Amino acid sequence: MSEMSKIIRTITSIAFPFAMIYGLYVIAHGHLTPGGGFQGGAIVASSCAMILVAFGSPWINDRLKEKNLSALESLGALGFISLALLGLVFGIAFFHNFLVGSDVLFGTIPAFGSSVADINTGGVLPLMNFAVGLKVIAGLFVIVLVMAYTTTHLQGGSKK
Amino acid sequence: MKQRTIAAAIFFIIVAIFFIMAAWSMRPFGTPEQSAMDDYIIQNTQEETGANNGVTSVVFDYRGFDTLGEATILFTAVAAVVMILRREDHE
Repeated sequence: MSEMSKIIRTITSIAFPFAMIYGLYVIAHGHLTPGGGFQGGAIVASSCAMILVAFGSPWINDRLKEKNLSALESLGALGFISLALLGLVFGIAFFHNFLVGSDVLFGTIPAFGSSVADINTGGVLPLMNFAVGLKVIAGLFVIVLVMAYTTTHLQGGSKK
Repeated sequence: MKQRTIAAAIFFIIVAIFFIMAAWSMRPFGTPEQSAMDDYIIQNTQEETGANNGVTSVVFDYRGFDTLGEATILFTAVAAVVMILRREDHE
């Protein structure tokens, strides 16, 4: 997959930060607004796929190895399972929400009914959203990246 | 050929009657038959999980095992794709 024209590359450079910030916002506010780790991770991964389409796989290949992305995905999965196991250590059950009501982090309990959004709520839910978001970003982008590499290799086009 | 057409028409009519009866017997919007679990989650999700978003509290807290299975499916899919489309450095 070779790079596209200069117009497309410029527009992509302008649009990429906005898509990235929107995806990270959906991940970070998963416990307050619609969305969460899976949805926000899909948004960020598609903005990275936009960069891949516009700049071509050799450009990405000089800067990023899919080995590192796979490590990042495994890190997200390990974080998710570790948070679930911490519920067993500090709480009473697997996946127990042990941070609710504590003063450590994300411990505030909101009033019943609709209220002003407070980011410092939710217990372990924001942390799990971050872990799942990391996992989905790395996982979806590594799939697209590996497919792009294979297409380039099969066509015998631009080397490496 | 003729018999197959007649059989297909009869089968189509039976399935159409089934779907039309299912559509007629639907409950009106907003009045579920069993609502005990919905009411429990709506009443207790902010107090028990601290999250304003009830869907996230169900996905990551009340039904955490389901999300763990989802994450496992994604992990397996990524592992399989990376394994099948790996680069062979034979040049």
